Amino acid sequence: MDVNGKYEAVIGLEVHAQLQTQSKLFSGDSASFGAEPNTHISPITLAHPGTLPKTNKKAVEYAIMMGLACNCEIERYNYFARKNYFYPDLPKGYQVSQHTTPICKGGYVSIKTKDAERNVQLNRIHLEEDAGKSIHDADDNYTCIDLNRAGVPLIEIVTEPDMHSAEEAFQYVTEIRKLVRWIGVCDGNMEEGSLRCDANVSIRLKGETTLGTKVEVKNLNSIRNVKKAIEYEIDRMIGMVEKGETIIQQTRSFDADNDTTFAIRDKEEANDYRYFPEPDLTPFLLTEEFIAGIQARLPALPQVLFAKYKLLGLSEYDAHQMCDDKATAAYFEQAIAYSKNYKAIVNWMTGPLRQVVNEQNISFNELSITPKTLADLVTIVEEGKVNFSVASLKVLPVLLSNPVKGPLQVAEELNLIQVSGSADIENWVNEVLAKMPDKVVEYKKGKKGLIGLFVGEIKKVSKGKADPKKATQLLEEKLR
Amino acid sequence: MQVNDELVDQLSTLARLTFKPEEKEGIKTDLQKMISFIEKLNELDTTGVEPLLFMSDEVNVLREDEVKGSITREEGLLNAPLRDDKFFKVPKVIRK
Repeated sequence: MDVNGKYEAVIGLEVHAQLQTQSKLFSGDSASFGAEPNTHISPITLAHPGTLPKTNKKAVEYAIMMGLACNCEIERYNYFARKNYFYPDLPKGYQVSQHTTPICKGGYVSIKTKDAERNVQLNRIHLEEDAGKSIHDADDNYTCIDLNRAGVPLIEIVTEPDMHSAEEAFQYVTEIRKLVRWIGVCDGNMEEGSLRCDANVSIRLKGETTLGTKVEVKNLNSIRNVKKAIEYEIDRMIGMVEKGETIIQQTRSFDADNDTTFAIRDKEEANDYRYFPEPDLTPFLLTEEFIAGIQARLPALPQVLFAKYKLLGLSEYDAHQMCDDKATAAYFEQAIAYSKNYKAIVNWMTGPLRQVVNEQNISFNELSITPKTLADLVTIVEEGKVNFSVASLKVLPVLLSNPVKGPLQVAEELNLIQVSGSADIENWVNEVLAKMPDKVVEYKKGKKGLIGLFVGEIKKVSKGKADPKKATQLLEEKLR
Repeated sequence: MQVNDELVDQLSTLARLTFKPEEKEGIKTDLQKMISFIEKLNELDTTGVEPLLFMSDEVNVLREDEVKGSITREEGLLNAPLRDDKFFKVPKVIRK
């Protein structure tokens, strides 16, 4: 509902991303997902007295990587704080987070919507530990607690209230997921909860500058649901205001069964988390060299490669396809080192190779054919030794099961090398024309469409070796 | 700072503690004493003094990302007041 464009939605997102470290943020327990309950636990995770947490260096590096990828300013002096609240899956009674000194400040993420391209402003990215898991339906009388997840490192990526439609939010989360996967800090799996999103939504009359009362929507376990929940929430709020009702500040949850949201708690009293510096952890100082080292190891980012590919002459669409994920881009990068026929490489990668990748449910880096082999394949097609359809239908399958062989070798072994010498082609042309005298008469009477039939027939008798261009040329001469 | 019933109620809510009405008076007096004692520090002019957050000068005590130091599930569950062979158990948080 957009009552004649009277209202404007204001959306801010908080995305939690689990970092792909081996161990937890402050203890050596495994941080992996899916283990038997309560098997990744230590006295530190269990909050036993007398234990001393110690910060995981890799988690700090990953947070900085994300900050650099999002154009943030990196905080040089960092310390953790305790965020105090009680919940059964929070063993210590506080969450260790970065309250005062988020490791990354400001920054932005570029998004593309149907209408425009723009930067979504970030407020901060900070490090914190995850809570455990409460299981409410395993026991009739009790809630069961699994602390495997407690202490797993997270980064929380917080935007400014800077988005104005569900579509923008959708594109933003899509971009964040792509980015965390690209730089390898998080697997981006929303269903398993390694990437989680909360949306703060409010509406106001267009032209207003103050923010309306916000509602926080949780439990958005897919990017589609982020969009649906925000759409629903905007409609609900506009409906309320139109009816003269007052929006109250609430936390709501998305119900994926009917695409609606429902209130889980009213925020009548502001939460009082009583933050204070975590005395058990020493502050950490980031030097220029440390940050520069991480910057140097950061892979080329999609937007950089996108610009590069457009300079190579690829269309916007093709360039976008090649930056779809890191494995695709890396494959393309390697292939173009061996062949300058960029468009042909794209056609293979979006055509026959994409099909193989999809069928085998793998990514490009797992493909049995190397980028060099692809480039060779492109080259023999370019040189007219085999045509594209023969290369993709006959040569490719052999290469897939026998990646050691080169395309030219395979084409030779299968006797597929296209013959462009006029003598051979002339023989095939004569053979075909002799076989179909009636069609020749029809053609001569004006049924020029039959040329395709002749060419097809020549392909057959030559077993694909006749260069179709040459064959057509000869046919036209003979039938004149 | 004036310690009143409201403050005691708020703090007990945050601490998840309940007091009998007769205990409240004593708590109020004690708390008032403690706060007044600490408030004495406010008399000191700290303009331009950076807050001291950590008693130690140590920084950058970081560990490498290695899996070690876990205990078994049985050991972990050993001291739990309520448990089964897999989980810690607590009173129902959400009623379905």
